[in-house]
Amino acid sequence: MITTDNLVTLALTVLEALAILVPVLICVAYATYAERRVLAAMQWRKGPNVVGPFGLLQPFADAAKMLLKETIIPTGANRVLFLAGPMLTFILAMVAWAVIPVNNHWAIADINVGVLYLFAISSLGVYGIIIAGWASNSKYAFLGALRSAAQMVSYEVSMGFVIVCVLLCVGSLNLNAIVLAQRHVWFCLPLFPMFIIFFISTLAETGRAPFDLPEGESEIVAGFFVEYSSMSFGLFFLGEYANMFLMSSLTTILFLGGWLPPLPFAPFTWVPGPLWFLLKVFFCIFMFFWVRATFPRYRYDQLMRLGWKVFLPTSLVWLVLTASVLYGFHLLPHAQV
Amino acid sequence: MLASALFWVFAILLIVSAALVISARNPVHAVLFLILGFFNAAGLFLLAGAEFLAMILVVVYVGAVAVLFLFVVMMLDVSFTQVREGLQRYAPVGTAIGIVLLVELVMTLGGLGAAMPQAAAGLTATPTHLSNTTALGLLLYTHYVLAFQLSGLVLLVAMIGAIVLTLREKPRARRQSVARQTSREVADTLQLVNVRPGQSIAELGVLRPLETPPIPSIPDLIGATASALPADPTRDGSA
Repeated sequence: MITTDNLVTLALTVLEALAILVPVLICVAYATYAERRVLAAMQWRKGPNVVGPFGLLQPFADAAKMLLKETIIPTGANRVLFLAGPMLTFILAMVAWAVIPVNNHWAIADINVGVLYLFAISSLGVYGIIIAGWASNSKYAFLGALRSAAQMVSYEVSMGFVIVCVLLCVGSLNLNAIVLAQRHVWFCLPLFPMFIIFFISTLAETGRAPFDLPEGESEIVAGFFVEYSSMSFGLFFLGEYANMFLMSSLTTILFLGGWLPPLPFAPFTWVPGPLWFLLKVFFCIFMFFWVRATFPRYRYDQLMRLGWKVFLPTSLVWLVLTASVLYGFHLLPHAQV
Repeated sequence: MLASALFWVFAILLIVSAALVISARNPVHAVLFLILGFFNAAGLFLLAGAEFLAMILVVVYVGAVAVLFLFVVMMLDVSFTQVREGLQRYAPVGTAIGIVLLVELVMTLGGLGAAMPQAAAGLTATPTHLSNTTALGLLLYTHYVLAFQLSGLVLLVAMIGAIVLTLREKPRARRQSVARQTSREVADTLQLVNVRPGQSIAELGVLRPLETPPIPSIPDLIGATASALPADPTRDGSA
Protein backbone atom coordinates (compact mmCIF):
# COMPACT_ATOMS: atom_id res chain seq x y z
CA MET A 1 0.00 0.00 0.00
CA ILE A 2 3.01 2.31 0.38
CA THR A 3 3.39 3.98 -2.96
CA THR A 4 5.67 6.81 -4.02
CA ASP A 5 2.64 9.13 -4.02
CA ASN A 6 1.98 8.36 -0.37
CA LEU A 7 5.63 8.91 0.50
CA VAL A 8 5.70 12.24 -1.33
CA THR A 9 2.55 13.39 0.48
CA LEU A 10 4.03 12.31 3.80
CA ALA A 11 7.32 14.11 3.11
CA LEU A 12 5.45 17.27 2.05
CA THR A 13 3.33 17.20 5.21
CA VAL A 14 6.42 16.85 7.38
CA LEU A 15 8.10 19.71 5.52
CA GLU A 16 5.00 21.91 5.88
CA ALA A 17 4.86 21.18 9.60
CA LEU A 18 8.56 22.04 9.96
CA ALA A 19 8.08 25.21 7.89
CA ILE A 20 5.70 26.57 10.51
CA LEU A 21 7.08 24.99 13.70
CA VAL A 22 10.72 26.02 13.22
CA PRO A 23 9.87 29.75 12.85
CA VAL A 24 7.48 29.44 15.79
CA LEU A 25 10.17 27.92 17.99
CA ILE A 26 12.71 30.56 16.94
CA CYS A 27 10.16 33.26 17.76
CA VAL A 28 9.47 31.59 21.11
CA ALA A 29 13.18 31.42 21.96
CA TYR A 30 13.68 35.08 21.10
CA ALA A 31 10.46 36.12 22.85
CA THR A 32 12.00 35.01 26.15
CA TYR A 33 14.96 37.30 25.39
CA ALA A 34 12.77 40.11 24.07
CA GLU A 35 10.53 40.01 27.12
CA ARG A 36 13.48 40.45 29.47
CA ARG A 37 14.91 43.28 27.38
CA VAL A 38 11.55 45.06 27.07
CA LEU A 39 10.79 44.72 30.78
CA ALA A 40 14.30 45.94 31.58
CA ALA A 41 13.90 48.98 29.32
CA MET A 42 10.56 49.80 30.93
CA GLN A 43 12.10 49.52 34.40
CA TRP A 44 15.30 51.46 33.55
CA ARG A 45 17.53 48.40 33.78
CA LYS A 46 19.78 46.80 31.17
CA GLY A 47 18.47 43.22 30.98
CA PRO A 48 20.48 40.31 29.55
CA ASN A 49 23.32 41.91 27.54
CA VAL A 50 26.34 39.74 28.25
CA VAL A 51 26.06 36.52 26.19
CA GLY A 52 26.91 37.48 22.60
CA PRO A 53 26.37 40.91 21.00
CA PHE A 54 23.53 42.72 22.85
CA GLY A 55 22.93 39.43 24.70
CA LEU A 56 21.48 37.89 21.51
CA LEU A 57 22.87 34.44 22.35
CA GLN A 58 21.08 34.38 25.71
CA PRO A 59 18.29 31.98 24.51
CA PHE A 60 20.95 29.43 23.50
CA ALA A 61 22.68 29.72 26.87
CA ASP A 62 19.31 29.19 28.61
CA ALA A 63 18.52 26.19 26.42
CA ALA A 64 21.92 24.60 27.10
CA LYS A 65 21.46 25.18 30.83
CA MET A 66 18.03 23.52 30.84
CA LEU A 67 19.17 20.54 28.79
CA LEU A 68 22.23 19.89 30.94
CA LYS A 69 20.54 20.05 34.35
CA GLU A 70 19.15 17.00 36.11
CA THR A 71 15.48 16.11 35.81
CA ILE A 72 14.31 15.58 39.36
CA ILE A 73 11.18 13.52 39.98
CA PRO A 74 9.84 13.90 43.54
CA THR A 75 9.50 10.68 45.58
CA GLY A 76 5.74 10.87 46.08
CA ALA A 77 5.02 11.93 42.50
CA ASN A 78 3.04 9.91 39.98
CA ARG A 79 5.93 9.36 37.54
CA VAL A 80 4.03 8.85 34.30
CA LEU A 81 1.63 11.77 34.77
CA PHE A 82 4.42 13.96 36.18
CA LEU A 83 6.30 13.65 32.89
CA ALA A 84 3.14 13.68 30.75
CA GLY A 85 2.02 17.11 32.06
CA PRO A 86 4.74 19.29 30.49
CA MET A 87 4.75 17.19 27.31
CA LEU A 88 1.00 17.70 26.92
CA THR A 89 1.34 21.47 27.42
CA PHE A 90 4.07 21.70 24.79
CA ILE A 91 2.39 19.36 22.26
CA LEU A 92 -0.92 21.24 22.47
CA ALA A 93 0.87 24.56 21.98
CA MET A 94 2.44 23.17 18.79
CA VAL A 95 -0.53 21.22 17.36
CA ALA A 96 -2.75 24.31 17.16
CA TRP A 97 -0.49 25.94 14.52
CA ALA A 98 -1.79 23.54 11.86
CA VAL A 99 -4.74 25.80 11.03
CA ILE A 100 -3.18 29.28 11.31
CA PRO A 101 -3.18 31.00 7.88
CA VAL A 102 -0.21 33.39 7.54
CA ASN A 103 -1.23 34.40 4.00
CA ASN A 104 -4.16 33.71 1.67
CA HIS A 105 -4.59 29.88 1.86
CA TRP A 106 -1.16 29.48 3.47
CA ALA A 107 -2.18 27.05 6.20
CA ILE A 108 -1.26 23.39 6.62
CA ALA A 109 -4.92 22.49 7.11
CA ASP A 110 -7.46 24.97 5.71
CA ILE A 111 -10.40 23.32 7.47
CA ASN A 112 -14.05 24.39 7.70
CA VAL A 113 -14.12 24.53 11.49
CA GLY A 114 -10.76 26.27 12.03
CA VAL A 115 -11.95 28.56 14.83
CA LEU A 116 -13.53 25.68 16.72
CA TYR A 117 -10.35 23.66 16.35
CA LEU A 118 -8.28 26.46 17.87
CA PHE A 119 -10.85 26.96 20.63
CA ALA A 120 -10.83 23.22 21.38
CA ILE A 121 -7.04 23.02 21.52
CA SER A 122 -6.73 26.11 23.72
CA SER A 123 -9.37 24.74 26.10
CA LEU A 124 -7.29 21.57 26.44
CA GLY A 125 -4.25 23.53 27.61
CA VAL A 126 -5.56 23.39 31.15
CA TYR A 127 -4.99 19.62 31.32
CA GLY A 128 -1.22 19.88 31.16
CA ILE A 129 -1.37 22.20 34.15
CA ILE A 130 -3.90 20.19 36.19
CA ILE A 131 -2.07 16.92 35.57
CA ALA A 132 1.25 18.49 36.51
CA GLY A 133 -0.18 20.03 39.67
CA TRP A 134 -1.81 16.81 40.81
CA ALA A 135 1.03 14.46 39.86
CA SER A 136 3.61 16.57 41.74
CA ASN A 137 2.04 15.54 45.06
CA SER A 138 2.74 18.98 46.51
CA LYS A 139 0.34 21.46 48.11
CA TYR A 140 1.57 24.49 46.23
CA ALA A 141 1.51 22.73 42.89
CA PHE A 142 -2.00 21.48 43.56
CA LEU A 143 -3.25 24.92 44.60
CA GLY A 144 -1.78 26.36 41.42
CA ALA A 145 -3.50 23.68 39.34
CA LEU A 146 -6.88 24.34 40.95
CA ARG A 147 -6.55 28.07 40.41
CA SER A 148 -5.64 27.52 36.82
CA ALA A 149 -8.57 25.16 36.16
CA ALA A 150 -11.14 27.62 37.54
CA GLN A 151 -9.53 30.57 35.78
CA MET A 152 -9.33 29.01 32.33
CA VAL A 153 -12.87 27.65 32.40
CA SER A 154 -14.19 31.08 33.47
CA TYR A 155 -12.49 33.07 30.75
CA GLU A 156 -13.27 30.59 27.99
CA VAL A 157 -16.96 31.45 28.32
CA SER A 158 -16.59 35.13 27.45
CA MET A 159 -13.96 34.30 24.81
CA GLY A 160 -16.53 32.02 23.18
CA PHE A 161 -19.08 34.84 23.01
CA VAL A 162 -16.52 37.22 21.51
CA ILE A 163 -15.67 34.64 18.85
CA VAL A 164 -19.38 34.16 18.10
CA CYS A 165 -19.68 37.95 17.55
CA VAL A 166 -16.94 37.77 14.93
CA LEU A 167 -18.47 34.67 13.35
CA LEU A 168 -21.81 36.48 13.00
CA CYS A 169 -20.08 39.13 10.90
CA VAL A 170 -18.30 36.54 8.75
CA GLY A 171 -20.76 33.70 8.27
CA SER A 172 -18.05 31.03 8.31
CA LEU A 173 -15.86 29.16 10.80
CA ASN A 174 -12.96 29.06 8.37
CA LEU A 175 -10.00 31.20 9.48
CA ASN A 176 -9.16 32.13 5.90
CA ALA A 177 -12.70 33.37 5.30
CA ILE A 178 -12.58 35.35 8.56
CA VAL A 179 -9.54 37.28 7.37
CA LEU A 180 -10.97 37.84 3.88
CA ALA A 181 -14.16 39.23 5.44
CA GLN A 182 -12.03 42.07 6.87
CA ARG A 183 -10.98 43.44 3.46
CA HIS A 184 -12.98 46.66 3.98
CA VAL A 185 -12.64 47.19 7.71
CA TRP A 186 -10.80 45.26 10.40
CA PHE A 187 -13.13 43.89 13.05
CA CYS A 188 -11.23 45.68 15.83
CA LEU A 189 -13.03 48.92 14.80
CA PRO A 190 -16.73 47.92 14.69
CA LEU A 191 -16.30 45.40 17.51
CA PHE A 192 -13.88 47.48 19.58
CA PRO A 193 -15.21 46.53 23.06
CA MET A 194 -15.08 42.86 22.08
CA PHE A 195 -11.48 43.33 20.93
CA ILE A 196 -10.54 44.64 24.39
CA ILE A 197 -12.41 41.83 26.16
CA PHE A 198 -10.78 39.27 23.90
CA PHE A 199 -7.31 40.63 24.54
CA ILE A 200 -7.79 40.60 28.32
CA SER A 201 -9.26 37.09 28.14
CA THR A 202 -6.22 35.89 26.21
CA LEU A 203 -4.05 37.24 29.02
CA ALA A 204 -6.07 35.15 31.48
CA GLU A 205 -6.14 32.14 29.17
CA THR A 206 -2.36 32.07 28.79
CA GLY A 207 -1.87 32.70 32.51
CA ARG A 208 0.13 35.87 31.92
CA ALA A 209 0.44 38.86 34.24
CA PRO A 210 -1.76 40.35 35.68
CA PHE A 211 -3.62 37.01 35.74
CA ASP A 212 -0.64 34.76 36.54
CA LEU A 213 -2.27 33.46 39.72
CA PRO A 214 -1.64 29.78 38.87
CA GLU A 215 2.06 30.47 39.39
CA GLY A 216 1.73 33.43 41.82
CA GLU A 217 5.24 33.22 43.26
CA SER A 218 4.50 35.46 46.23
CA GLU A 219 1.77 33.15 47.59
CA ILE A 220 2.26 29.64 46.21
CA VAL A 221 5.99 29.66 45.36
CA ALA A 222 5.77 28.88 41.64
CA GLY A 223 2.37 27.22 41.49
CA PHE A 224 1.87 24.19 39.30
CA PHE A 225 5.50 23.84 38.16
CA VAL A 226 7.16 24.23 41.55
CA GLU A 227 8.48 20.63 41.50
CA TYR A 228 9.79 20.73 37.94
CA SER A 229 13.41 21.13 36.93
CA SER A 230 15.53 21.18 33.77
CA MET A 231 13.79 20.38 30.48
CA SER A 232 10.48 19.35 32.04
CA PHE A 233 10.29 22.92 33.35
CA GLY A 234 11.60 24.12 29.99
CA LEU A 235 8.67 22.52 28.17
CA PHE A 236 6.22 24.45 30.37
CA PHE A 237 8.14 27.63 29.66
CA LEU A 238 8.22 27.06 25.90
CA GLY A 239 4.55 26.04 25.96
CA GLU A 240 3.58 29.27 27.72
CA TYR A 241 5.38 31.44 25.17
CA ALA A 242 4.10 29.39 22.22
CA ASN A 243 0.59 29.86 23.61
CA MET A 244 1.20 33.61 23.77
CA PHE A 245 2.12 33.57 20.08
CA LEU A 246 -0.90 31.40 19.30
CA MET A 247 -3.29 33.75 21.10
CA SER A 248 -1.66 36.75 19.40
CA SER A 249 -2.15 35.07 16.03
CA LEU A 250 -5.78 34.38 16.89
CA THR A 251 -6.27 38.05 17.88
CA THR A 252 -4.60 39.07 14.62
CA ILE A 253 -6.84 36.80 12.56
CA LEU A 254 -10.08 37.67 14.34
CA PHE A 255 -9.62 41.42 14.82
CA LEU A 256 -6.54 42.83 13.08
CA GLY A 257 -7.13 41.59 9.56
CA GLY A 258 -4.57 38.76 9.46
CA TRP A 259 -2.19 39.21 6.53
CA LEU A 260 -4.13 42.14 5.02
CA PRO A 261 -2.37 45.54 4.86
CA PRO A 262 -3.94 48.34 6.94
CA LEU A 263 -4.90 50.34 3.85
CA PRO A 264 -5.44 48.67 0.46
CA PHE A 265 -3.19 50.87 -1.71
CA ALA A 266 0.38 51.26 -2.91
CA PRO A 267 2.96 51.67 -0.16
CA PHE A 268 1.12 49.24 2.10
CA THR A 269 0.45 46.56 -0.52
CA TRP A 270 4.17 46.37 -1.37
CA VAL A 271 4.81 44.65 1.95
CA PRO A 272 4.08 40.91 1.59
CA GLY A 273 1.20 39.40 3.57
CA PRO A 274 3.18 37.14 5.92
CA LEU A 275 5.22 40.16 7.01
CA TRP A 276 2.06 42.08 7.92
CA PHE A 277 0.89 39.03 9.84
CA LEU A 278 4.19 38.82 11.70
CA LEU A 279 4.18 42.53 12.50
CA LYS A 280 0.67 42.36 13.95
CA VAL A 281 1.57 39.29 16.02
CA PHE A 282 4.67 41.07 17.35
CA PHE A 283 2.52 44.08 18.24
CA CYS A 284 0.21 41.82 20.30
CA ILE A 285 3.21 40.15 21.97
CA PHE A 286 4.59 43.57 22.84
CA MET A 287 1.22 44.39 24.44
CA PHE A 288 1.60 41.23 26.57
CA PHE A 289 5.01 42.47 27.80
CA TRP A 290 3.73 46.00 28.32
CA VAL A 291 0.80 44.80 30.44
CA ARG A 292 3.17 42.70 32.53
CA ALA A 293 5.41 45.68 33.20
CA THR A 294 2.48 47.95 34.04
CA PHE A 295 -0.14 46.16 36.14
CA PRO A 296 0.14 44.39 39.51
CA ARG A 297 -1.33 40.89 39.88
CA TYR A 298 -5.10 40.58 40.37
CA ARG A 299 -6.55 39.12 43.53
CA TYR A 300 -8.33 35.82 42.91
CA ASP A 301 -11.85 37.02 43.77
CA GLN A 302 -11.32 40.07 41.56
CA LEU A 303 -10.31 37.77 38.72
CA MET A 304 -13.48 35.71 39.10
CA ARG A 305 -15.61 38.84 39.42
CA LEU A 306 -14.12 40.31 36.24
CA GLY A 307 -14.71 37.10 34.30
CA TRP A 308 -18.24 36.26 35.41
CA LYS A 309 -19.78 39.58 36.42
CA VAL A 310 -18.19 41.98 33.94
CA PHE A 311 -17.00 40.20 30.80
CA LEU A 312 -19.76 37.61 30.53
CA PRO A 313 -22.71 40.09 30.67
CA THR A 314 -20.90 42.63 28.49
CA SER A 315 -20.03 40.13 25.79
CA LEU A 316 -23.54 38.65 25.92
CA VAL A 317 -25.15 42.09 25.48
CA TRP A 318 -22.75 42.94 22.67
CA LEU A 319 -23.54 39.62 20.99
CA VAL A 320 -27.27 40.36 21.03
CA LEU A 321 -26.55 43.90 19.80
CA THR A 322 -24.36 42.67 16.93
CA ALA A 323 -26.95 40.11 15.88
CA SER A 324 -29.75 42.72 16.04
CA VAL A 325 -27.83 45.30 14.02
CA LEU A 326 -26.82 42.76 11.38
CA TYR A 327 -30.39 41.48 11.15
CA GLY A 328 -32.05 44.90 11.24
CA PHE A 329 -29.87 46.39 8.49
CA HIS A 330 -29.91 43.21 6.37
CA LEU A 331 -26.15 42.84 6.77
CA LEU A 332 -26.13 39.18 7.82
CA PRO A 333 -23.72 37.30 5.59
CA HIS A 334 -25.30 34.38 3.79
CA ALA A 335 -24.14 30.99 4.96
CA GLN A 336 -21.21 29.99 2.82
CA VAL A 337 -22.36 26.89 1.00
CA MET B 1 -7.04 2.74 3.47
CA LEU B 2 -5.77 5.30 5.94
CA ALA B 3 -9.32 6.11 7.05
CA SER B 4 -10.16 2.47 7.80
CA ALA B 5 -6.88 1.99 9.68
CA LEU B 6 -7.63 5.10 11.72
CA PHE B 7 -11.15 3.84 12.36
CA TRP B 8 -9.78 0.66 13.94
CA VAL B 9 -7.24 2.63 16.00
CA PHE B 10 -9.88 5.05 17.33
CA ALA B 11 -12.50 2.33 17.91
CA ILE B 12 -10.15 -0.01 19.77
CA LEU B 13 -8.70 2.82 21.87
CA LEU B 14 -12.21 4.03 22.66
CA ILE B 15 -13.31 0.59 23.91
CA VAL B 16 -10.09 0.02 25.86
CA SER B 17 -10.22 3.44 27.54
CA ALA B 18 -13.94 3.00 28.32
CA ALA B 19 -13.14 -0.32 29.99
CA LEU B 20 -10.31 1.30 31.93
CA VAL B 21 -12.63 4.08 33.15
CA ILE B 22 -14.65 1.57 35.16
CA SER B 23 -11.76 -0.68 36.15
CA ALA B 24 -9.08 1.85 37.13
CA ARG B 25 -8.32 1.80 40.87
CA ASN B 26 -7.36 5.46 41.05
CA PRO B 27 -10.36 7.78 40.38
CA VAL B 28 -8.13 10.43 38.80
CA HIS B 29 -6.82 7.84 36.33
CA ALA B 30 -10.43 6.88 35.61
CA VAL B 31 -11.30 10.47 34.68
CA LEU B 32 -8.18 10.75 32.50
CA PHE B 33 -9.20 7.58 30.65
CA LEU B 34 -12.67 9.07 30.22
CA ILE B 35 -11.02 12.07 28.55
CA LEU B 36 -9.05 9.74 26.27
CA GLY B 37 -12.37 8.07 25.42
CA PHE B 38 -13.93 11.43 24.49
CA PHE B 39 -10.98 12.12 22.23
CA ASN B 40 -11.31 8.88 20.36
CA ALA B 41 -15.05 9.45 19.97
CA ALA B 42 -14.21 12.85 18.46
CA GLY B 43 -11.80 11.07 16.11
CA LEU B 44 -14.59 8.72 15.00
CA PHE B 45 -16.88 11.70 14.36
CA LEU B 46 -14.15 13.25 12.21
CA LEU B 47 -13.81 10.05 10.17
CA ALA B 48 -17.59 10.03 9.65
CA GLY B 49 -17.31 13.57 8.21
CA ALA B 50 -19.03 15.28 11.16
CA GLU B 51 -16.25 17.74 11.94
CA PHE B 52 -18.52 20.21 13.75
CA LEU B 53 -19.74 17.56 16.21
CA ALA B 54 -16.17 16.37 16.76
CA MET B 55 -14.97 19.87 17.67
CA ILE B 56 -17.98 20.59 19.88
CA LEU B 57 -17.42 17.28 21.68
CA VAL B 58 -13.85 18.31 22.47
CA VAL B 59 -14.75 21.91 23.43
CA VAL B 60 -17.71 21.07 25.65
CA TYR B 61 -16.97 17.66 27.13
CA VAL B 62 -13.19 17.61 27.25
CA GLY B 63 -12.60 21.34 27.67
CA ALA B 64 -15.27 22.10 30.27
CA VAL B 65 -17.19 19.13 31.70
CA ALA B 66 -14.24 16.81 32.21
CA VAL B 67 -12.18 19.65 33.75
CA LEU B 68 -14.85 20.03 36.42
CA PHE B 69 -14.99 16.22 36.88
CA LEU B 70 -11.25 16.13 37.38
CA PHE B 71 -11.45 19.13 39.69
CA VAL B 72 -14.05 17.42 41.91
CA VAL B 73 -12.37 14.02 41.92
CA MET B 74 -9.02 15.56 42.90
CA MET B 75 -10.63 17.61 45.67
CA LEU B 76 -12.87 14.91 47.13
CA ASP B 77 -10.27 12.19 47.66
CA VAL B 78 -12.80 9.42 46.90
CA SER B 79 -12.01 6.16 48.67
CA PHE B 80 -12.66 3.36 46.21
CA THR B 81 -12.76 0.54 48.75
CA GLN B 82 -15.82 2.21 50.21
CA VAL B 83 -17.43 2.49 46.79
CA ARG B 84 -16.75 -1.17 46.05
CA GLU B 85 -18.59 -2.32 49.17
CA GLY B 86 -21.93 -1.80 47.46
CA LEU B 87 -20.85 -3.66 44.33
CA GLN B 88 -22.56 -6.96 45.21
CA ARG B 89 -25.78 -5.26 46.23
CA TYR B 90 -26.20 -2.97 43.24
CA ALA B 91 -24.86 -5.35 40.57
CA PRO B 92 -28.31 -6.76 39.59
CA VAL B 93 -29.82 -3.28 39.22
CA GLY B 94 -26.87 -2.11 37.12
CA THR B 95 -27.07 -5.18 34.90
CA ALA B 96 -30.80 -4.68 34.41
CA ILE B 97 -30.33 -1.05 33.35
CA GLY B 98 -27.53 -2.09 31.02
CA ILE B 99 -29.73 -4.75 29.39
CA VAL B 100 -32.60 -2.29 28.93
CA LEU B 101 -30.26 0.21 27.25
CA LEU B 102 -28.82 -2.47 24.99
CA VAL B 103 -32.31 -3.65 23.93
CA GLU B 104 -33.35 -0.06 23.21
CA LEU B 105 -30.25 0.48 21.12
CA VAL B 106 -30.84 -2.69 19.10
CA MET B 107 -34.52 -1.84 18.62
CA THR B 108 -33.70 1.69 17.46
CA LEU B 109 -31.11 0.48 14.97
CA GLY B 110 -33.38 -2.31 13.70
CA GLY B 111 -36.42 -0.03 13.48
CA LEU B 112 -34.49 2.65 11.65
CA GLY B 113 -33.66 0.38 8.76
CA ALA B 114 -37.10 -1.24 8.55
CA ALA B 115 -39.52 1.61 9.18
CA MET B 116 -37.82 4.50 7.43
CA PRO B 117 -36.01 3.29 4.34
CA GLN B 118 -35.94 6.82 2.87
CA ALA B 119 -34.55 8.32 6.06
CA ALA B 120 -31.94 5.59 6.32
CA ALA B 121 -30.93 6.23 2.73
CA GLY B 122 -30.60 9.94 3.46
CA LEU B 123 -28.39 9.37 6.48
CA THR B 124 -25.23 10.87 5.06
CA ALA B 125 -23.10 12.81 7.47
CA THR B 126 -22.07 15.35 4.85
CA PRO B 127 -24.77 16.64 2.52
CA THR B 128 -23.21 17.34 -0.84
CA HIS B 129 -24.32 20.95 -1.28
CA LEU B 130 -23.96 22.22 2.29
CA SER B 131 -21.20 22.36 4.86
CA ASN B 132 -21.80 20.19 7.86
CA THR B 133 -22.16 23.13 10.27
CA THR B 134 -24.70 24.91 8.03
CA ALA B 135 -26.77 21.74 7.61
CA LEU B 136 -26.86 21.19 11.36
CA GLY B 137 -27.82 24.81 12.01
CA LEU B 138 -30.59 24.81 9.40
CA LEU B 139 -32.09 21.65 10.88
CA LEU B 140 -31.81 22.74 14.52
CA TYR B 141 -33.20 26.24 14.10
CA THR B 142 -36.05 25.43 11.71
CA HIS B 143 -37.47 21.92 12.17
CA TYR B 144 -36.41 21.34 15.75
CA VAL B 145 -36.51 24.87 17.11
CA LEU B 146 -39.08 24.00 19.80
CA ALA B 147 -37.14 20.99 21.07
CA PHE B 148 -33.97 23.08 21.00
CA GLN B 149 -35.50 25.90 23.03
CA LEU B 150 -37.06 23.44 25.48
CA SER B 151 -33.76 21.71 26.14
CA GLY B 152 -32.21 25.12 26.72
CA LEU B 153 -34.97 25.88 29.21
CA VAL B 154 -34.39 22.57 31.03
CA LEU B 155 -30.70 23.41 31.34
CA LEU B 156 -31.55 26.88 32.64
CA VAL B 157 -33.85 25.41 35.30
CA ALA B 158 -31.15 22.92 36.27
CA MET B 159 -28.62 25.73 36.59
CA ILE B 160 -30.91 27.87 38.75
CA GLY B 161 -31.68 24.80 40.87
CA ALA B 162 -27.99 24.11 41.45
CA ILE B 163 -27.42 27.72 42.48
CA VAL B 164 -30.42 27.72 44.84
CA LEU B 165 -29.31 24.46 46.44
CA THR B 166 -25.75 25.57 47.08
CA LEU B 167 -26.27 29.25 47.92
CA ARG B 168 -25.73 29.97 51.60
CA GLU B 169 -26.46 33.36 53.07
CA LYS B 170 -23.56 34.31 55.28
CA PRO B 171 -24.60 37.47 57.13
CA ARG B 172 -21.17 37.93 58.67
CA ALA B 173 -19.25 37.46 55.43
CA ARG B 174 -17.34 40.51 54.27
CA ARG B 175 -17.95 41.36 50.67
CA GLN B 176 -16.28 43.87 48.44
CA SER B 177 -18.65 46.50 47.13
CA VAL B 178 -16.81 47.92 44.14
CA ALA B 179 -19.36 50.68 43.55
CA ARG B 180 -19.01 51.85 47.15
CA GLN B 181 -15.23 51.76 46.96
CA THR B 182 -14.97 53.72 43.74
CA SER B 183 -17.56 56.29 44.78
CA ARG B 184 -15.56 57.22 47.88
CA GLU B 185 -14.14 60.72 47.79
CA VAL B 186 -11.32 62.29 49.72
CA ALA B 187 -13.75 64.69 51.39
CA ASP B 188 -15.77 61.74 52.80
CA THR B 189 -12.86 60.18 54.59
CA LEU B 190 -10.14 62.73 55.19
CA GLN B 191 -10.13 65.94 57.16
CA LEU B 192 -7.13 68.13 57.87
CA VAL B 193 -7.19 69.67 61.31
CA ASN B 194 -4.88 72.20 62.82
CA VAL B 195 -4.23 70.88 66.33
CA ARG B 196 -2.58 73.30 68.74
CA PRO B 197 -0.08 71.91 71.26
CA GLY B 198 -1.88 70.65 74.37
CA GLN B 199 -5.23 70.39 72.65
CA SER B 200 -6.86 66.92 72.37
CA ILE B 201 -8.70 65.71 69.28
CA ALA B 202 -11.62 64.91 71.52
CA GLU B 203 -11.99 68.65 72.18
CA LEU B 204 -12.01 69.37 68.45
CA GLY B 205 -14.59 66.63 67.86
CA VAL B 206 -12.83 65.25 64.78
CA LEU B 207 -12.45 61.62 65.75
CA ARG B 208 -15.57 60.56 63.84
CA PRO B 209 -16.20 63.49 61.51
CA LEU B 210 -18.64 61.51 59.32
CA GLU B 211 -21.18 61.04 62.07
CA THR B 212 -20.72 64.50 63.61
CA PRO B 213 -21.41 63.32 67.14
CA PRO B 214 -21.80 65.70 70.06
CA ILE B 215 -18.46 66.11 71.77
CA PRO B 216 -18.40 63.21 74.23
CA SER B 217 -16.62 62.90 77.50
CA ILE B 218 -13.44 60.80 77.57
CA PRO B 219 -14.92 57.54 79.02
CA ASP B 220 -17.79 57.63 76.48
CA LEU B 221 -15.29 58.18 73.70
CA ILE B 222 -13.32 54.99 74.49
CA GLY B 223 -16.52 52.91 74.42
CA ALA B 224 -17.67 54.57 71.18
CA THR B 225 -14.43 53.87 69.32
CA ALA B 226 -14.71 50.15 69.98
CA SER B 227 -18.32 49.89 68.85
CA ALA B 228 -17.91 52.18 65.86
CA LEU B 229 -15.12 50.12 64.29
CA PRO B 230 -17.13 47.57 62.21
CA ALA B 231 -19.12 50.35 60.53
CA ASP B 232 -15.95 52.03 59.33
CA PRO B 233 -16.15 52.27 55.52
CA THR B 234 -12.40 51.91 55.13
CA ARG B 235 -12.55 48.39 56.58
CA ASP B 236 -14.82 46.98 53.93
CA GLY B 237 -13.22 43.58 53.62
CA SER B 238 -11.02 44.92 50.88
CA ALA B 239 -7.79 44.84 52.83
